[in-house]
Amino acid sequence: MQLALFIQSVINGLNQGAIYALIALGYTMVYGIIRMINFAHGDFIMVGAYTLFYTIPLMISAGMPAWLAVIVAIAVCVIVGVTVEVVAYRPVRGQGSMTALITALAMSLFLENLAMVLFGANPKSVPAIFTLPTVNFLGATLQTKYLLTFGIGAVIMILLQLFVKKTKLGKAMRAVPQDKEASTLMGIHVNKIITTTFAIGSGLAAVAALMYCSTYPRCTTDMGSMMGLKAFIAAVLGGIGSIPGAMLGGLVVGLIEIFVKVYIAPGWYEAITYGLLIIVLLVKPSGILGKNVGEKV
Amino acid sequence: MNVKNPKKHFIAYLINLAGVLVLFFLLMGLFKSNVLGARTAYLMGICTTACYTIVMVTSLNILVGVMGEFSLGHAGFMSVGAYASAIVTNALADAGLPTILLFVIALLVGGVASAITGVLVGIPALRLRGDYLAIVTVAFAEIIRVAFCNFEITGGGRTMSGIAKLSNFYWCFWVTVICVTIMYMFVRSRFGRTVKAIREDYIAASASGVNVTFYKVMTFTFSAFFAGVAGAMYAHYMTAMIPTIFNFNYSAEFLTEVIIGGTGSLTGSIIGAALLSALPELMRQFSTYRMLAYSIVLVLVMIFKPGGIFGTYEFSLTRILKKLLSGELFKGKKKLTDEMGGAAHE
Repeated sequence: MQLALFIQSVINGLNQGAIYALIALGYTMVYGIIRMINFAHGDFIMVGAYTLFYTIPLMISAGMPAWLAVIVAIAVCVIVGVTVEVVAYRPVRGQGSMTALITALAMSLFLENLAMVLFGANPKSVPAIFTLPTVNFLGATLQTKYLLTFGIGAVIMILLQLFVKKTKLGKAMRAVPQDKEASTLMGIHVNKIITTTFAIGSGLAAVAALMYCSTYPRCTTDMGSMMGLKAFIAAVLGGIGSIPGAMLGGLVVGLIEIFVKVYIAPGWYEAITYGLLIIVLLVKPSGILGKNVGEKV
Repeated sequence: MNVKNPKKHFIAYLINLAGVLVLFFLLMGLFKSNVLGARTAYLMGICTTACYTIVMVTSLNILVGVMGEFSLGHAGFMSVGAYASAIVTNALADAGLPTILLFVIALLVGGVASAITGVLVGIPALRLRGDYLAIVTVAFAEIIRVAFCNFEITGGGRTMSGIAKLSNFYWCFWVTVICVTIMYMFVRSRFGRTVKAIREDYIAASASGVNVTFYKVMTFTFSAFFAGVAGAMYAHYMTAMIPTIFNFNYSAEFLTEVIIGGTGSLTGSIIGAALLSALPELMRQFSTYRMLAYSIVLVLVMIFKPGGIFGTYEFSLTRILKKLLSGELFKGKKKLTDEMGGAAHE
C-alpha cells in the first residue's frame, strides 16, 4: 500500500510537472529572447482553457474527437499572444526592464479582467477530453492520460530543442538576445523573430491548457496567474533561457508539490515551492542548468 | 536646496501644516454638518479607505520610485501588520486602555511586526535585482499568505472577525499625514539621497563607499513599516479579514497605483491612491470594469508617459504661494530660480 501510494504520487507529480514544464517553456523562450518576464503568459493558458470550454462541445456535436479542439485553442492563443506582443510590448521595447515588467503585468491584469467581464466570475467545467482506461500497476491506479501528458511534454521539448538548435529560424532566435544590433546587420528581422517566439510560446500555452483541463476539468479567470507564477518558478529553477532546464524545473516543481501534499503538510505545499525558489535564486540565480553570466561594470 | 536655511524650512513646514489643517477642517466640516445626509457615513468610509491606500502606495513608491526596485508582494507586509495588530488589540481588549492609546499601540505593533518581516525578507531578497527581486517578493508574500492560512492564531484560513473598530476617518487622516510627512522627510534626507544614488548607479555608489546592501535593506524595512501601519489601519477599519485578500492581485493593484501616479513622486502616489481608491466606490455599478480600466490606463501610461502621470513632479504649497505673491502664476511658466523645498502633501 505504501509503495502504491508512492508510485501514485510519482505519476501525479510527473503529470503536474509536465503541465508546468510546458508553461515554463513559454516563459523561458520569451525571457531568453527579450529578457522580460511575460506575466501575461499564464493568462494565455486561461484563454486557451476558455477556448477549449467553448469549442469542445462543438467538436463533439460535429462528431470529431474532443482533443481536436486544441487546434482552435492554439490558433486563438497564438492570435492573442501575437496581438499582446505587437500592441503592448513592442512600443515599450528599449525603455528598460522596469517598463517592460509593468507592461507585462498590466497585460496580465487586462486579460484576466477581460475574461471576468466576458465569461463571468463563476468557474466553468470543461467536458472530458480524453476517455482513456486506467491501468493497475503494483497496486497503484495509473491514469493513461497522465502518461500521455508526460509523453506530449517530452516530445514537444525535444522538437523545440531541435528547432532552436538545428533550424535557421532557431539560430536567429539564439542570435537576437546575444546582440540585437549585430543580428540586424546580419539580416535578421529582430521584431519578426520576437513575434515568432511569442507565437510559439502562446501555442505551447494552449497545449498546456489542454493538459491542465484533462486533469482538472474546470477553468476560472484567475487560473492563469498563479499557475503561471509556479511555472515561472520552474523555469527559473531549471535555468531560464534553457529548454531542457524548463522541463527539468517543471518536473521538480510538480513532484515537490505532489509529495509535500501527500506526505508532509497539505496546506503548505505552495509555501515550500516558493521557499525552494528563493533558495535556488540565492544560491544559484542562473538555475540548475543555466549558465552564469557575470555583470559588466 | 543648496543653501540650508532653517528659518525658511520652518516657515515652509508651517505653511504646509496650515494647508493640511485647512483640508482637515474642510472634510470635518463636510462630515459634521451632515450636508450629505445619509451618505455621510458612506463617504467617510471611502475617505478612510483612501487613507490607508495612500500610506500603502506611498510606502511602495519609496521602493519603486526612490530605490528603483520592485516589490510585487507589498500586500504581504500589509497582512503582517494587519494580523499582528489585530492579535495584539484582541489580547489587550480587556485591559481598559483608552481607545486612542490602543489604536496607537496597534499601529506601532503592526508597523514593527511588518518591519521585522521586512528585515528578514530584505536581507536575502535584496541580493537580487530587477525581475528576480520582483519574483522573490511575490514568493515571500505568498509564503506569508500560506502561513496565515495555516496558523491557528490568524484564523486558520477562515475569516478572522471581531477585531475592535478603532479606525475612524479623523484618526486615519492624521496617521496618514504623519506617515507621509515622515516618508517625505526620508526621501529628502541624506539617507534618501544615498538611496537615490544607488538607484541611479549602484556600482558607482558602492565604489564611492556606500554600503549598498545596508541602505537597501533599511529602505525596504522602512517601506515595510509603513505598509504594516496601513495594514493595522485596514484591520481596525474592516474588523474582519481573510488572508486570501492579501494576494498577488492586491499587490499588483498597489503597484499599478504607484506607476499611474508617477514613480518617484509622492504627490502622484497620494493623488493616484486617493482617486483610484475612491473612484470605484463612487461608481459601484462599473466595479467589474475597474481593473480592466486600470490595466488599459497602465499600458497607455507605459507607452506614452513611462514615468507616470506626475513623473517626479512634487506639488509644493510654498512654491504656489510664492508665485501667487509675486503674481507670476498668471504670467506663464517663468521659472523661479530659488525654488524652495518643502512640498505640501495633501
